[in-house]
Amino acid sequence: MKVVLDHLTKRFPNRNRKIKTEVVAVDDFTFEIPDGKLVGLLGPSGCGKSTTLNLICGLEKPTSGRIYFGDDDVTNLPPELRGVGMVFQNYALYPHLTVLENILFPLENLKGDKRLSKEAMRSRALEAAHLVQIDALLERRPAQMSGGQQQRVAIARALVKMPRVLLLDEPLSNLDARLRLQTREEIRRIQRETGITTVFVTHDQEEAMSISDVIVVMEKGVLQQIGKPQSVYDDPTNLFVAKFLGTPPIDVFNGEIRGGLLYLGKDAVLPVAGYREGKVTVGIRPEGFVPDEKGPLCCRLVGVEVMGRDTSVVAAHPALTTNTMRAIVDTDSGVDPNALEVRFSLKSRKVCLFDAETGARLYAPTV
Amino acid sequence: MSKTSEVSSQKVYDQAARAHRIRSGVAKTLIYLLLGLWALMVLFPFYWMVLTSVKDYAAYNAEYVPRFYTLSPTIENYVSAFTTVSLGRYFLNTLIFTLLTTGIMLVVVVLAAFGFARLEFRGKNLVFTLFLALMMIPTELVVITNFVTITNWGLRNTFLGLILPSVTSVFYIYLLEENFEQIPDSLYKAAKVDGTSDIKYLLKVMLPISQPTIVTITILKVIECWNSYVWPRLITDNEKYFLVSNGIQEIRENGFGRENIPAMMAAVVVISIPLIVLFLIFHKKIMVGVSRGGTKG
Amino acid sequence: MKQNNLKGWLYLLPAIAFLGLFMVYPLVDVLVYSFEEGYNFASQTDMGTGLYNYSYVLHDPYFMQAVKNTFILVIITVPLSTGFALVISLALSSIKKLRDAFQTIYFLPYVTNTLAVGLVFMVLFKRTDYTEGMVNLLINWFGGESVDFIDGPYWAKMFVMCFYTIWVVLPFKILILTSALASVNPDYYKVAQVDATPRWRVFTRITLPMISPMLFYLIITGFIGAFKAYSDEVALFGTNLNAAGMNTIVGYVYDMLYGDSGGYPSYAAAAALILFAIVLTITVINLLVSNRRVKI
Repeated sequence: MKVVLDHLTKRFPNRNRKIKTEVVAVDDFTFEIPDGKLVGLLGPSGCGKSTTLNLICGLEKPTSGRIYFGDDDVTNLPPELRGVGMVFQNYALYPHLTVLENILFPLENLKGDKRLSKEAMRSRALEAAHLVQIDALLERRPAQMSGGQQQRVAIARALVKMPRVLLLDEPLSNLDARLRLQTREEIRRIQRETGITTVFVTHDQEEAMSISDVIVVMEKGVLQQIGKPQSVYDDPTNLFVAKFLGTPPIDVFNGEIRGGLLYLGKDAVLPVAGYREGKVTVGIRPEGFVPDEKGPLCCRLVGVEVMGRDTSVVAAHPALTTNTMRAIVDTDSGVDPNALEVRFSLKSRKVCLFDAETGARLYAPTV
Repeated sequence: MSKTSEVSSQKVYDQAARAHRIRSGVAKTLIYLLLGLWALMVLFPFYWMVLTSVKDYAAYNAEYVPRFYTLSPTIENYVSAFTTVSLGRYFLNTLIFTLLTTGIMLVVVVLAAFGFARLEFRGKNLVFTLFLALMMIPTELVVITNFVTITNWGLRNTFLGLILPSVTSVFYIYLLEENFEQIPDSLYKAAKVDGTSDIKYLLKVMLPISQPTIVTITILKVIECWNSYVWPRLITDNEKYFLVSNGIQEIRENGFGRENIPAMMAAVVVISIPLIVLFLIFHKKIMVGVSRGGTKG
Repeated sequence: MKQNNLKGWLYLLPAIAFLGLFMVYPLVDVLVYSFEEGYNFASQTDMGTGLYNYSYVLHDPYFMQAVKNTFILVIITVPLSTGFALVISLALSSIKKLRDAFQTIYFLPYVTNTLAVGLVFMVLFKRTDYTEGMVNLLINWFGGESVDFIDGPYWAKMFVMCFYTIWVVLPFKILILTSALASVNPDYYKVAQVDATPRWRVFTRITLPMISPMLFYLIITGFIGAFKAYSDEVALFGTNLNAAGMNTIVGYVYDMLYGDSGGYPSYAAAAALILFAIVLTITVINLLVSNRRVKI
């Protein structure tokens, strides 16, 4: 089931009643979630991603705009009629019911010709439990389980009624680091196996990048970029997206274009033909630096951290917007940790230019 | 899926959405109706007492079928409430009784709670358990002996006799002790290192921190005192020491002559006003206080 | 250490003194009273010990009337007031507009003097030679016959008594239940809504189990409170409750102790202990039932 958001806007009255202005939680959203994909809604806290999820779910009504499931306009439909499954951040498992009773709960709500027989309900519930691999815990109560197990029960409960769309609100935020890695793989697997269009909300870019088919980056209620994780990472539309994605984060410099060359401070680092001359903001991915004794970018070496797989070079440069930058280089690139200076050449693919004022991406002129 | 079936499924959705809207609209209306009705039930006696209290005595008695309004309000009943019977005295007595009882009780309760929460001494746990056990004892059981005790001490018709039995409350000690326990021990140790005395620490640190509980206790006690009836009735038969509850009973039985309902209602209004005003000003605090006090027990 | 011991006891001294004098000693004393036969308050003499006081009280028609009244009151008002409070609290928690206003109004009876407002109820319900009274006016509107609820038939008096009791106890119950309802995590309701749970099922399978500890607490305290009913009855029917036939067990205790019929602390003590036994039994039964039901 594809989900289409069409000029969706949600405004809230300000919490402080004395201020008459409204808070725009979601501002004129238009995008399409393709059928059967796993989509990550990504953004810092307070960016409106949870509101977007609630709008899709039906728990909130949009101020304007429309929502379609397939070709059906569901904008005015209450959540119970939308056929969605939702997993809450704190799982919201009924504490007085066992795991099996929790999973059976949505099925027992079905009425009319959708109503299943007792045996059918049970086998559906067992199937869902099996899918999330909690077969052995059916008689436990939520309080007797770990966070990861509760999470699985919540997913099973959302899946058991075979929703058209599955929604997950910060599904991993209540888990510890190790469990998080494991559970996100689990979510990916379950989504693949069921093929249900799934939307999840997260503030953790790594989490979103690692499992999503498509990521949607939001900031302050405004849609920033939508696309495949790799293409959003490689080709951010603005400085915010560039900075938000990637660990370690992108290194940002104040640069200038003069005579077809990009200058970082005094170093002319790259030829950039066709751009407007003047000040620009330059973002360089950590893996875009190549140690090179004759390289144009000359930095003061602060430290070298050996990570095993590769090496992280911490350096300083006068044009940096931060105190230090970090470059990820091959372990055999031979950077001398005791040297005072390190020189890099740059992979032009890993360098993005942004408008110094607005932060909008500046693209190379097409011929 | 054909185009027509998509259209019709859209129609089904729209219908479902409309039905849902109508249903929740009807439910909302019914809910407000119910709530409004009960609000009326609660407010009506108050309205009636104010209304009756401003009706003229003669006019009131002439109404065989009671009227819901009056066109000629009078304050005459209020005047006679203060002149014919000694409502002013009952009022003053209750005020003194309430203030003294609440004040002394706070001192006793705070000291005991502090002792239990912060000081270490032999036998503390045993005494605390005994205290908790006393919570189950209903006042009805001990009132008999207390009546005899106070009578034997010759304290009938005195403020001392009225106040003494109700200046401690195991429940409030427990409530406050629990609150004191939550204050980190490190604060106490820090104060000890600084050479602060126990009393000073209690006054300057613990009381301000536990202010919400103190307020709760005070509110509950003031309401209890203002409305207390049974003990004052047992212990006073001299009108000079009547509290408002006893006063109102006295007024009802031999005050204005049995049938002067408007004057009675005026008296009722007067004695109800202090707590109602207090409530209207502090209603948030009072309601939070009562629900805290009510659910911890 | 020795000094600290002393200091600890010093802080507790006032509380211990007052409690000892007005709680612990009376507790022992009331037992003694209840077994002292023919105790004369004036001469402070008795004629030996035994169960006579209990037997006297249990054979006293006034006491049996009081027991009957109290039980009827308890059986009617506890379920009705708890149920009604639940309905109102549910309604309250489902609205946003005017909610604070309603809550404040509903709480009003809690802070009023029951004796005083009871007098208003008496005026509303009473029928005299001069006036039919407010409530009878309403009854007449709906085509009913006038009834004197204060000096009239037993069922009418019982009705006013129950009605007033419910009016008086509701504020507390509504307050406790609304805060219990508010403390349920709203995500449970959201997930139930997403799962298309019918209202009734949300109530029985989610709301009720979540608030059941508070509900049982209210039922238990409601029983205890209703068994001790007294001043509401005085407010409605006057101090001579025996004459009105509307006495309660607590009322019987006080009447035995004091007033025109008073001067018999031994009978009062026996009656009070019987009441205590009844309340204790009912509370224990309640706790057993609730322990079996409330499992979270």
